[in-house]
Amino acid sequence: MVRLPRAILLAVVRLVVGAYARFAMPLTPGVQRLYFANHTSHVDTLAILAALPPKLRTKVRPVAARDYWDAGAGRRYVAQRLLNVVLIDRARTEGVDPLAPLREALAAGDSLILFPEGTRGDHATPGPFKSGLYRLATEFPAVDLVPAYLANLNRAMPKGRMIPVPLICRVGFGTPLPRIPDEPKEAFAERARDAVIALQAQI
Amino acid sequence: MKHPLYETLGLILLLLVLASAIGFALRLAKGRDNDTVRNLNERIVSWWIIVAVVGLALICGTYATIILFMVCAFLAFREFITLTPTRPADYWPLLFAFYVALPGQFLLLAVSWYGMFAIFIPVYMVFVLAAAGAFGADTEAFLERAGKLQWAVMVCIYGLSYAPALLLLRIPGHSSAALLLFLLVVVQASDVFQYVFGKLFGRTKLAPRVSPSKTVEGLLGGGASAILIGMALHGLTPFTWWQAAPMGLAIVVGGFVGGLVLSAVKRSLGAKDWGTMLAGHGGMLDRMDSVCFAAPLFFHLTRYFYT
Repeated sequence: MVRLPRAILLAVVRLVVGAYARFAMPLTPGVQRLYFANHTSHVDTLAILAALPPKLRTKVRPVAARDYWDAGAGRRYVAQRLLNVVLIDRARTEGVDPLAPLREALAAGDSLILFPEGTRGDHATPGPFKSGLYRLATEFPAVDLVPAYLANLNRAMPKGRMIPVPLICRVGFGTPLPRIPDEPKEAFAERARDAVIALQAQI
Repeated sequence: MKHPLYETLGLILLLLVLASAIGFALRLAKGRDNDTVRNLNERIVSWWIIVAVVGLALICGTYATIILFMVCAFLAFREFITLTPTRPADYWPLLFAFYVALPGQFLLLAVSWYGMFAIFIPVYMVFVLAAAGAFGADTEAFLERAGKLQWAVMVCIYGLSYAPALLLLRIPGHSSAALLLFLLVVVQASDVFQYVFGKLFGRTKLAPRVSPSKTVEGLLGGGASAILIGMALHGLTPFTWWQAAPMGLAIVVGGFVGGLVLSAVKRSLGAKDWGTMLAGHGGMLDRMDSVCFAAPLFFHLTRYFYT
């Protein structure tokens, strides 16, 4: 029952912000992936889903902040019924690991869309990455780490605005990040961020 | 002629069949890897789509045609704005341009309010966009940003809206949809034949820095062919066969200047094509640049002399 509303929602996203995909290399279906991208607007998650070919989209679950996507019936319907998101708590509680729901999803074989900055930025270039991506990457060494760059969405929907300016936004998908054994956390975060920034020039 | 509109559309379809055959023959002769031939064939396929969509809209009537051009203006304007650097403070002016100026201009056509149509953007929207920009309180390159936005609105929305505005003209005994078809055929024929003559005989570059593909031979050959086509199609219009010549010339000149000016704009923004939506052509604005400039000229000449 959610297929049609989901297809309509993604069609509207494509109509309004374009969400044209560019692939550095073809992504084959059936591979578990962790997509990580720069984060500039509330449309980012939808734009990545709309840009992915339907065959790749089926087992992809976006990671979304509970404080935003669990507030109000409308957002809850979109997030949980249409997009099948994995909700994450941004506010730290003592003794609770915020990454637990993500681990569960990865262990179940789902692919994830993650915004490692943790919050939306104002600029075309992403801010520093948090350690969540590093921890998931080391715990799940078989998952492909695919960088993605969202272009123009910061112009289409600046922080704090509700109505999108219908510019042409592009989503660039890069080649999976190579694994380097025993890489320190900081070096990995830097390398992952550089992989996203490098896509900026190819778009 | 009783139904010049349908006959002309039929003729165009015949020409497309011929063009596809030539494209196919060239591919056989020159091989699949020839870039020029591949680009030519992509263009021909895009032409089939364009002709089908425009032809259907013209047959369906005034509202369908207005909606079609509104969509074209939206896509062209969006390509322009996407390539134009904007700042967060431009949010409100951009919103007004996309959600008020664009639908407003075409709504005025749908309700046949010519007086307002002619001044809505140059008087009211220029005022509103400037005000919304100033309230953004960002003075960094303010004039450049305001200027670019207003220019984009004038060219992509106002200029292009003059093509379906031809449907407002009431000329006794003549169909205004046919008049629009005349404009589109002459302006696009001019583009196509400039490309063909340029490829075949082009020696002298006209403006190498602005548009490297434009040549004097292409302009003269293409322009003359377009004017001849216009004279042959004078049955679509209230013009006699010789009056169709200066009208055709106005369209050719308008279209050529449009292509040249938008090419200069595109290059000043650091791009080669406006977009990627029409295979072989580039973006919507790559195909509509000449219409944006030729349509207002043709509309006002026709309105002044024939209504």
